[in-house]
Amino acid sequence: MEMLFDAVSWVLILVGSVFLVVGGIGVVRLPDVFTRMHGAGIIDTMGACAILIGLMVQAWFNIVTIKLVLIVVFIMFTSPTTTHALARAALGGGARPQVRESPEGADVGEGESPSKT
Amino acid sequence: MSLMAFMAVIGFAVARLRNLFGVVILTGIFSLTSAVLYVVLDAVDVAFTEAAVGAGIATVLMLGTLALTTSEEKTVSDNKPLLALLLVTVTGAALIYGTLDMPHYGDPTAPINNHVVPRYLADSAYEIGLPNVVTSVLASYRGYDTLGETFVIFTAAAGVLLIIGRPQRGRRRAHRDAQWDIEHGIRKNVILRVVSKLLLPMILLFALYVQWHGDFGPGGGFQAGVIFASGFILYALIFDVDLARAVVAPKVSRFFLALGVLLYGGVGVVSLLLGGNFLDYSVLAYVPTQGQHIGILLVELGVGITVAAAMITIFFTFASQER
Amino acid sequence: MEFPGLINYWIVVVLMMTGFYIVIAHNNLVKKIVGLNIFQVSMFTFYITMGKVKGGTAPILAEGIAQYSNPLPHVLILTAIVVGVATTALGLALVVRIRDAYGTVEDDEIEAQENER
Repeated sequence: MEMLFDAVSWVLILVGSVFLVVGGIGVVRLPDVFTRMHGAGIIDTMGACAILIGLMVQAWFNIVTIKLVLIVVFIMFTSPTTTHALARAALGGGARPQVRESPEGADVGEGESPSKT
Repeated sequence: MSLMAFMAVIGFAVARLRNLFGVVILTGIFSLTSAVLYVVLDAVDVAFTEAAVGAGIATVLMLGTLALTTSEEKTVSDNKPLLALLLVTVTGAALIYGTLDMPHYGDPTAPINNHVVPRYLADSAYEIGLPNVVTSVLASYRGYDTLGETFVIFTAAAGVLLIIGRPQRGRRRAHRDAQWDIEHGIRKNVILRVVSKLLLPMILLFALYVQWHGDFGPGGGFQAGVIFASGFILYALIFDVDLARAVVAPKVSRFFLALGVLLYGGVGVVSLLLGGNFLDYSVLAYVPTQGQHIGILLVELGVGITVAAAMITIFFTFASQER
Repeated sequence: MEFPGLINYWIVVVLMMTGFYIVIAHNNLVKKIVGLNIFQVSMFTFYITMGKVKGGTAPILAEGIAQYSNPLPHVLILTAIVVGVATTALGLALVVRIRDAYGTVEDDEIEAQENER
């Protein structure tokens, strides 16, 4: 039984690390500010939360688990908000998403504004 | 260690980068990496403080300065790079020569680990009775240093007020009519406003938790003060600065700035009046360990109040500058 | 990490010299303050590295732990970090004031303005 828990937490932590690396490569290699936000978002939500859930499996019924649950909750709250704030700031600073030109050369100057509120 | 190599790379990048916004963000990343390094080196209290202070407050203040001085780009006119490089290399070589005599990393028989620290570690359990040895050393065994440090924070806040403080221009009530709403975007920023309103009580609660839990785990007055101030700074960043100023009036923050230091010094004077030495907490109660607990509690509270008020004062002084 | 025991100190010296170089060789005042910050962080790392004991844990008294790391450098560095941020805040306030008085934050331009008087 112990080995099952260990294996599960191993898998989760490895999956989280893979997502971290993928997100890091995405932040570096993607062409545009707004597409790079996707990479950053993956790092925060999938990477960090997978690693934290793996740690939760390690510390099974402990006060540490409650603290880890709280950390996951707070990361889930703050990380998308941060990405949203960054995207809004980039939009306000003048960055526009790169849009592929449509074949007939119609007006493709600006992309959709991310938030309409 | 790979973390240290990472930090060296970031240091080089900061030296070479010209865009000042990038430099400031890289400094924040540098502080966070050093906080991770401190956790690896078993310094959990220090890591906590460095993450809160270095990656939080220092970055916010530097960004505020950049916004005020509006110098985004910098044209490098290095007229003396070679001389500086030569000086740096010579100094570095001298320092490395100096480290050749040092005890190796992690050596338990090094002089630093055998002078007075075994006494702290062994006697702290029955003299003070707190699990966190760092807190007991900080607040009780080395209480004078912490008193001086609280004064330093107080002086820094007072100095910032003196240098760039403006006299109050009368009460600027934030008129919340439709025009203000349109300008300040009550319809925009809905996500940020809602989430920050959800998070603010958690932040303040966490600050209080860190304050009182510093006796048993990493924490204490400094970290708690900084986290408490960051709650107010978050409110000021997302909502209007004037609104945040109305929540914490300048008089109130200045009052608390002095109150914390007064509390700390007052505990020392009270222990003088009760017959012990200055800042000797054992005389504060019948049982000496109880007296130590009370003394450390009050002293850390004083530190926390002063640090929170100082950070709030400094930030609001920066934020209410005319551009 | 089983490195030769002094390499940590050498990396710290490299960091220190980076911060030192930024302070003396760059002209922008804000960048000088950033360099000072790097210098301070490298000093903190130096002290904390000295305080680490092999096989020790964090200096929080608990049952069944034989060896603790040295708590004394932690105390000193806690003080130093907060004093460092106080100094940074004052330095940045001075930079803002200099900008108000001279209109620039570049060292050589300020010197030129001073020499003209």
